[in-house]
Amino acid sequence: MPEAPTQNVAAESKMCARDVKVHYGEKLALKGVNLDFRPNEVTALIGPSGCGKSTFLRCLNRMNDTIGVASVTGQVTLDNDELYGANALDPVLLRMRVGMVFQKPNPFPKSIYDNVAFGPRIHGLYRDNDHLDQIVETALEKAGLWHEVKDRLYEKGTGISGGQQQRLCIARAIAVSPEVILMDEPCSALDPIATAKVEELIDELRENFTIVIVTHSMQQAARVSQRTAFFHLGDLVEVGDTEQIFTAPAQQLTQGYITGRFG
Amino acid sequence: MPTIGDQHIVKSYDEELKRLHDSLARMAGLAEAQLHKSVEALEKRDSDLAGQVMNADHEIDEIEHFINEQTVRVLALRAPVADDLRQVISALKVAGDIERIADHAANAAKRSLVLNQMPPVAPMRSLVRMGKLVAELLGEVLNAYLTHDAERALAVRSRDQEVDDLYSSLFREILTYMMEDARTITSCSHLMFIAKNIERVGDHATNIAEQTYFVATGRSLNDQRPKRDTSSFEGAVQE
Repeated sequence: MPEAPTQNVAAESKMCARDVKVHYGEKLALKGVNLDFRPNEVTALIGPSGCGKSTFLRCLNRMNDTIGVASVTGQVTLDNDELYGANALDPVLLRMRVGMVFQKPNPFPKSIYDNVAFGPRIHGLYRDNDHLDQIVETALEKAGLWHEVKDRLYEKGTGISGGQQQRLCIARAIAVSPEVILMDEPCSALDPIATAKVEELIDELRENFTIVIVTHSMQQAARVSQRTAFFHLGDLVEVGDTEQIFTAPAQQLTQGYITGRFG
Repeated sequence: MPTIGDQHIVKSYDEELKRLHDSLARMAGLAEAQLHKSVEALEKRDSDLAGQVMNADHEIDEIEHFINEQTVRVLALRAPVADDLRQVISALKVAGDIERIADHAANAAKRSLVLNQMPPVAPMRSLVRMGKLVAELLGEVLNAYLTHDAERALAVRSRDQEVDDLYSSLFREILTYMMEDARTITSCSHLMFIAKNIERVGDHATNIAEQTYFVATGRSLNDQRPKRDTSSFEGAVQE
């Protein structure tokens, strides 16, 4: 197994992971990952099923806390704030700063408006109703959904198309002005047109957010990300500029996986 | 523990890449033979052989056409990445180089027909020597390309200077002959063009060497190779 790459970009990183290990009961699912995420960049995490990429993604906003048998060790920081340990950020505050979009669009069974207003409401991020209206509009605008839903804001969020639902979930995530957005296969349930819209959106969101995306589609990783990290059997095998990973990967294992010679 | 083989999970992808490789190998073999024959036709003043070279050129053109189509197909349908991508892109470029090499060989053969109708001129010996050197280098570089041997390719690339040196001295030799005996001007002019054809083959061989390095390592050679062909300055006023 090649040595896990180390990076020396801590100073300019938005999030840093150091020697992150995850156990599911006895099983070691993530074997000590060091990876930094630079601001205003999209980092794609790729690798075969069971390689630990989603497990790692979930470490970045403590989603593994909800799995009883999972235990996380190592250090993760957001700017200079610790995610784990004695001085850890409050998870509620953390998840406001690190938003998440899931594989299947999961809008709440509420109106489109209420879906987007949900975060600002529970975190008390608005002054008055006009301000909340404005937050909802801006979030839908940024998610590229405003013009499609502005006349039906009070219809059910579950009643729009799959692609629109996923962009609604992105609007819901950005309504609380997070710093980092995690995406776990956000397009795997979408058709190519909806996928293209989400990918275009990811590219636009990059200006304001740091984005980490798990994807099974290598072409998607190539299209949307600036950096790509390849995971295999719980190890981070290689991380580099996306262009380098897809034209001349340094590791044989990476090459085998992305060219489809793995098995 | 998964293993990484040479084979893709999708077998038909392997077959398409192999077809591309085999076509290049065939094209390379033909072009190499064309150059050998055209040099031999010059040396032995063999017009029949020169005719054969001229007639065989279309076969190489057809293979290039096939490789172009096949490359577009693989790019469109397979979206190759990493070493596969490098191999496909280089196939497109190398096929272009080989096609030009074959054109130069055919051109040299065509001029040799004219030369054979005139009395032999002495610089032909140097021209043949240069032709044999280039043919040898071409054979080397094509083997290096087909086996992805970067080291062997670099060795060929560094020897292109020998070709440039021979070309420069041949250029001066031909000029001297023409000045001494104006009756040789026609044949010497043809000789000069043939020399240029062969020198160009050397340049294409260098391109192929660079593609080999790219395929094998993923890096491009961008350091400037010193050019030793000084014939472009011949007769220029020294400052």
